[in-house]
Amino acid sequence: MRETAGERWGRRIVLTLLTLFVVIPLYVMVTSAAKPLQDVQNGFTWWPSRPTLQPFIDMWSTVPLARYLVNSLVVSSIAAVCSVAVAIFAAFAVSRYRFRGRGVFSVTVLSTQMFPGILFLLPLFLIYVNLGNATGIELYASRTGLVITYLTFSLPFSIWMLVGYFDSIPRGLDEAAQVDGAGPLRTLFQVILPAAVPGVVAVTVYAFMTAWGEVLFASVMTDEGSRTLAVGLQGYSTQFNVYWNQIMAASLVVSIPVVVGFLALQRYFVAGLTAGAVK
Amino acid sequence: MSRRHLGIFTAAVLAAASLTACGGSGDDSAASPKTLTYWASNQGASLEADKTILQPELDKFEKQTGIKVTVEVVPWSDLLNRLLAAAASGKGPDVVNIGNTWSASLQATGALVEFDDAALQAVGGKDRIVPAALAAAGAPGKPPAAVPLYSMAYSLYYNKKSFADAGITAPPTTWEQLAEYGKKLSTGGKWGLAIEGANPSENAHHAFTFSQQYGGEWFDSAGKPTFDTPQNVSAIKRYIDFMAADKITNPSNAEYAQNQSVSDFANGKAAMLLWQSAGSNLKTQNMPADAYGVAPVPFLASPPAGGKKVNSMVAGINMAVFKHTKNKDGALSFVKFMTSDEEQTILNKTYGSLPAVKTAASDPAFSATEQKTIQETLVTTAAPLPQVPDESTFETLVGTAMKELFADAASGKPVTEASVKAKLTDAQQKMR
Amino acid sequence: MATSTTAPDADRREPRAGSPTRGPARRPRGPRRSLLPYLLLAPAIVLELAIHVIPMVVGVWMSLLELTQFHIRDWSTAPFIGLENYRATLDLNSAAGKELLHSFWITLAYSLLSVGFAWLLGISAAVVLQRPFRGRAILRALFLTPYALPVYAAVITWSFLLQRDTGLVNHVLVDQLGLMNERPFWLIGDNSFWSLLVVSVWRNWPFAFLCLMAGLQNVPGELYEAAAIDGAGFWRRLRSVTLPMLRPVNLVLLLVLFLWTFNDFNTPFVLFGGSAPEQADLISIHIYRSSFKTWDFGSGSAMSVALLLFLLVVSAAYLLITNRRRDDHA
Repeated sequence: MRETAGERWGRRIVLTLLTLFVVIPLYVMVTSAAKPLQDVQNGFTWWPSRPTLQPFIDMWSTVPLARYLVNSLVVSSIAAVCSVAVAIFAAFAVSRYRFRGRGVFSVTVLSTQMFPGILFLLPLFLIYVNLGNATGIELYASRTGLVITYLTFSLPFSIWMLVGYFDSIPRGLDEAAQVDGAGPLRTLFQVILPAAVPGVVAVTVYAFMTAWGEVLFASVMTDEGSRTLAVGLQGYSTQFNVYWNQIMAASLVVSIPVVVGFLALQRYFVAGLTAGAVK
Repeated sequence: MSRRHLGIFTAAVLAAASLTACGGSGDDSAASPKTLTYWASNQGASLEADKTILQPELDKFEKQTGIKVTVEVVPWSDLLNRLLAAAASGKGPDVVNIGNTWSASLQATGALVEFDDAALQAVGGKDRIVPAALAAAGAPGKPPAAVPLYSMAYSLYYNKKSFADAGITAPPTTWEQLAEYGKKLSTGGKWGLAIEGANPSENAHHAFTFSQQYGGEWFDSAGKPTFDTPQNVSAIKRYIDFMAADKITNPSNAEYAQNQSVSDFANGKAAMLLWQSAGSNLKTQNMPADAYGVAPVPFLASPPAGGKKVNSMVAGINMAVFKHTKNKDGALSFVKFMTSDEEQTILNKTYGSLPAVKTAASDPAFSATEQKTIQETLVTTAAPLPQVPDESTFETLVGTAMKELFADAASGKPVTEASVKAKLTDAQQKMR
Repeated sequence: MATSTTAPDADRREPRAGSPTRGPARRPRGPRRSLLPYLLLAPAIVLELAIHVIPMVVGVWMSLLELTQFHIRDWSTAPFIGLENYRATLDLNSAAGKELLHSFWITLAYSLLSVGFAWLLGISAAVVLQRPFRGRAILRALFLTPYALPVYAAVITWSFLLQRDTGLVNHVLVDQLGLMNERPFWLIGDNSFWSLLVVSVWRNWPFAFLCLMAGLQNVPGELYEAAAIDGAGFWRRLRSVTLPMLRPVNLVLLLVLFLWTFNDFNTPFVLFGGSAPEQADLISIHIYRSSFKTWDFGSGSAMSVALLLFLLVVSAAYLLITNRRRDDHA
């Protein structure tokens, strides 16, 4: 099947436009991060008047960026791992068993996607606080509380995607394993999971990104010690000034790990979606 | 078989249990009587800068009393929410800075320690405190919910060189003059007056001052809103008209919400600015103190009947103590420390604000032009914002309405008595 | 504990020998229920209950209280006012009700347009990248980048671009192309809606692209060959092969994107700060402002509950309609 000239030009035009749309903001982020403060306070320029790496140095002292970065890393990684662990068990149950309440569970989990976050922000906050008062388990303003919150946020989509993925793995494999005497848990870990690596990776990435980018709950549920990047970056607009160049530098630095991670693993993401959710 | 199921069960339980282990802990809040947690507001160039300023003082306090104070500088965008969360939960800091306009609103939550006579005595006595500042620390007739820490007032900052270039010899004393001078100054890409048009709080502060001058009130004596009275409509319209009619304010100011107006003034893009204690900010933006003059905020040339001689709110930062503190005595002694003459002098000098206690005002640092002007205003022509529980709601609703009016003005839509009144009526209906 | 460790064992002993098939492709199950699936689900159920369901029920309860700053410290003092919050916020004759309705329409328009454009860009990119060529992998990675960026980093960058005096957009439109004499505003006034839309599309279209690209990989190449032999041009192939094959993907993708954008809080919050201009006053921000800025958590909750009901109805209707149509086709 050959491409016609019209198709080729169409393709080039579409790709050019999309590339411009995507690249321009990224370009501005990168170049503005290398501008002195006067440049970002006056009219826009495509190129720094005097390229400087100073914003990348100053940004660490304007706000405690390093601490926010560590918090975000800890919270997001643990939330992602825990979310995937929970989702694997749940998806295994939904995919491989028929049991009463299966439909209810699936529908409930999916419908939580519709809950406006603002609706349960305050209740959840109060539950955490009261739980802390009653049991001494501090969830409010702690990283533990954030981890539990975030892992639940990504859970519905993760379960749903993994169910799709597990469904696509032939049940013949399970049965063969069972004939060999493997129980459900061994079947899951030795047969299904190895075949579902792309799905699991995709879900981990998704869960990590969800936690890494969340703003609303982080702004109410954290304190100085547990503040994450999403809230911490607000610190660059202070009583005195908006340090746009430092904001851009910090945005760049906090974006690089997720972007690189996501792009490195996007192959799995696509494979996970292909076999699972969108089948 | 049995072992296998046990295994699954264990795995499931482990997964659940691991959640509680996730993230680790180590976020203990102050429980021992030898520690305090203090939320400071952002007064300086950055959060970290504030920390650097405060830390030596906190060390001093620890040396004196053995109480270790952990400070967190909270950005203004976060502060009210965080305070509310602390009030709702009984968790959080022992001592906090609050914007003094929020005093009555936060007082209504019942979460703050009341400064009755005994408590005021414990922090150094009522008589030391500047009366105007204390009036902005809670609803009238009730024990204050906070103690003044930094005092401020609005002043008119003007660029001396721009004024000289335009042949203007003295700062305006009336709004009419300000508009007239502004027109002379608005040439060649420069503008007369810089306004923080998209910042609801700034807008609401000016709404208060103008309304006072027109003889209006935002709340009646029963605490009910009276937003859309003719006086308030005229007041708001007068302020918006600097952009809409007089055109002495760059339309771009309609989207300013992050103190860009101060930067514009510092960079010479605007010749006048109405601000509270802008001096230390201007200094960090490389505008030397001799480049600008400071004058009282203007009045109306011919005030209408009932118009008051008020040209600023009593601005400032108060210090409050949460009832949930486990170390009330320590908290009070910290408040006493922070309002002591020595600390008041050091901190207010750094931030360019004024001491909230009379006894510290004698330091020469407070007799600079800027501080003298602020002092004068505070003593003679400043009035506190209405100290009612709905005050923070008023700031949000009226301030946002004004933001929308500025947006209209900036995009060339007419701003009329009718459109101002409609906005204010809407805002009032949203109060419940 | 004791029951759960022994019970599943008894349950699971016989089934495999029993009835061979029950339900297509399902492993045969015995007549007695097994506890095993419930154990597997337990962590997920506990979490969903604790973080989503119970707080939501509390939220519904809150919507029946007069929960203002006077009562926030001790809920037991908050007067129970029944449906008063609903009456006050949903009364379309009052200022609050009108504003909520306005906000609702804005949000609806925003979601539909955002999903529509995201899908359009996604399908364009997925189709033109279907065929291998040099640089394809790079472009694919590039197109996915906006989705991978943390929301706040992406949106803050956009807000910098959209500043009236110092932003790139006006620099290009006014200074370089000279299309306008006046510098327009993008973050306040009428344009703010379109700014929000563009930012949202920029952030979301890669997700559509990702899903559609995955969906296209399931389309067998022979279908295209066959269509090409029939002499079908590009648009014919798109209409008669690509789109029908993507139907299942689209079903899910459009619903998920719609729900995400409809409840989107992060984008407007970071773009405009706490108070969005009225032209871009999305419902999530509207509720946030009612709750946290005017400290009326009762009516904030009432609005949230109303919003949730609306989304439930829309989603249910959507699923019913699309399922019925699928049955018709089958």
